[in-house]
Amino acid sequence: MGGNRMKNNDCQSSLIKCQSVSKSYGDVQALCEVSFQVEEGELYGLIGPDGAGKTTLFRILTTLMLPDSGSAEVAGLDSISDYRDIRNRIGYMPGKFSLYQDLSVEENLNFFATLFGTSLHENYDLIRDIYVQIEPFKTRRAGNLSGGMKQKLALCCALIHRPSVLFLDEPTTGVDAVSRREFWGMLKNLKREGITILVSTPYMDEATLCDRIALIQSGKILSIDTPRRIIDKYAGTLYAVKAENVGRWARDIRKKKDIKSCFAFGESLHVSFAQSTGTAPDHLRDWLLAKGYNDVEVKPVAPNIEDCFIQLMEDRGWRLEVGDRRLKTGD
Amino acid sequence: MKEIVIQVDELTKEFGHFVAVDKITFEVYKSEIFGFLGANGAGKTTAMRMLCGLSVPSSGNATVAGFDVYRQTEQIKKSIGYMSQKFSLYEDLTVAENIHLFGGIYGLTNRQMKEGRDRLVERLGLHNEMKKRVGALPMGWKQKLAFSLAILHRPRVVFLDEPTGGVDPITRRQFWDLIYEATEEGITVFVTTHYMDEAEYCDRISMMVDGKIEALDSPANLKRRFSASSMDEVFFQLARGAKRN
Repeated sequence: MGGNRMKNNDCQSSLIKCQSVSKSYGDVQALCEVSFQVEEGELYGLIGPDGAGKTTLFRILTTLMLPDSGSAEVAGLDSISDYRDIRNRIGYMPGKFSLYQDLSVEENLNFFATLFGTSLHENYDLIRDIYVQIEPFKTRRAGNLSGGMKQKLALCCALIHRPSVLFLDEPTTGVDAVSRREFWGMLKNLKREGITILVSTPYMDEATLCDRIALIQSGKILSIDTPRRIIDKYAGTLYAVKAENVGRWARDIRKKKDIKSCFAFGESLHVSFAQSTGTAPDHLRDWLLAKGYNDVEVKPVAPNIEDCFIQLMEDRGWRLEVGDRRLKTGD
Repeated sequence: MKEIVIQVDELTKEFGHFVAVDKITFEVYKSEIFGFLGANGAGKTTAMRMLCGLSVPSSGNATVAGFDVYRQTEQIKKSIGYMSQKFSLYEDLTVAENIHLFGGIYGLTNRQMKEGRDRLVERLGLHNEMKKRVGALPMGWKQKLAFSLAILHRPRVVFLDEPTGGVDPITRRQFWDLIYEATEEGITVFVTTHYMDEAEYCDRISMMVDGKIEALDSPANLKRRFSASSMDEVFFQLARGAKRN
């Protein structure tokens, strides 16, 4: 079902609608004219680093904060005039663990169920898969749970009243790679239950697990689309350069005139050339060979979301060199 | 012969019946970038606290920069730098004041202080920001400043606890340029991260699972051994069997 709805911008099915939302804290502009829509049943990712404005956006959408200008709707309700109704229909898991540390796992769940006028039993099928993993510790105080278990408990509490929209603010930050995979598996299951999910993350590799994403930086949206189409929009050809200890060479390669950008990506460097003449990659290979490297490999590579994010940042005037005055002009 | 900067031998930390760190043994060499990886709850933070002289081991031995983790913790603290994503700088102080504070804490002489400050300001291009409150700097600058302050006193080893969490992709890479530069000056880097691409930038990686070191080698060798195409896959194979998380 999601597929068709995602394509046409049918207002009826938009569960989150954000229009030109701006918010400042004193001199700092946290959000600048942010607009986007999340359709029913979508798993929508807000991807960006700390300080991008993700949490501010979540707080506005969950009615905990007023925007300076612009409007926000959730489930067809206005975030200011209908804030009470919105609160009954959404689940919110803030970035900071906010359950009652002195209450047990079970007590926390019952507390949140009671707040929403429901019970653990009523929507048990929705949280069962997650809850069974923490059930053995149900008498333990929430404060004494491990990070992974706290996260699962918080998710259960956010789901206990079967919300139509789930807001997850950086649920995987500081979480190891295995637990992160596990968490995204849970989100997929919830999506199957028909719950619309807005999730934020600073981990770019998680972007591809979303139906659609908004890339956000310094309070501004850089791009919105499906991960596939954002990657398709990458301008130019990207090359992967492999050689021993190549990460240490990034700075030197970057100084070469024919290099447009050069960034370490795991075991290889991702390089784009100023001019896409066919010989540039060969020149780079020869240059590295002359530096004494063996087994140098330079070949085209498909960009990932992080490459796209970097390109979008560069398009907006960010420069690589530390200390470069222009670095500050993030906007 | 490589110079050993951190030597760890069957180091253990128990909290009651819980063995947080279980007989870990390894060496870290001068100018090396040593990646200290593991799942949540594997015992990384506890191990790091012992190596920084902040927590007394239950058993085993370790020296950091030649100093014993039981008896010479004050000397250890003077020989190391530390930076984490959570705490690094005093946001209400200016850039200049932060530099002065860190330099003072580490007992730099006036001359060392001036040299350190000049080098830092030049490298990061902070000439016009010296009188600004650190809280008002862009996120990426703060991280780079925090790292530069952690090595202001030219420590033998710098401990970095998830230094790049939540940082934008360009700054994250600039940060690694600073790390490489530090190793070129002879500083040894001990780093934890949840970004598996960053594991690739380390010279060697140790993988902790349930308090024990389950694997320790260069990224290339680990990938070969686990027939994995990426460090992410190596990590997944090792950590998915973890009981604690």
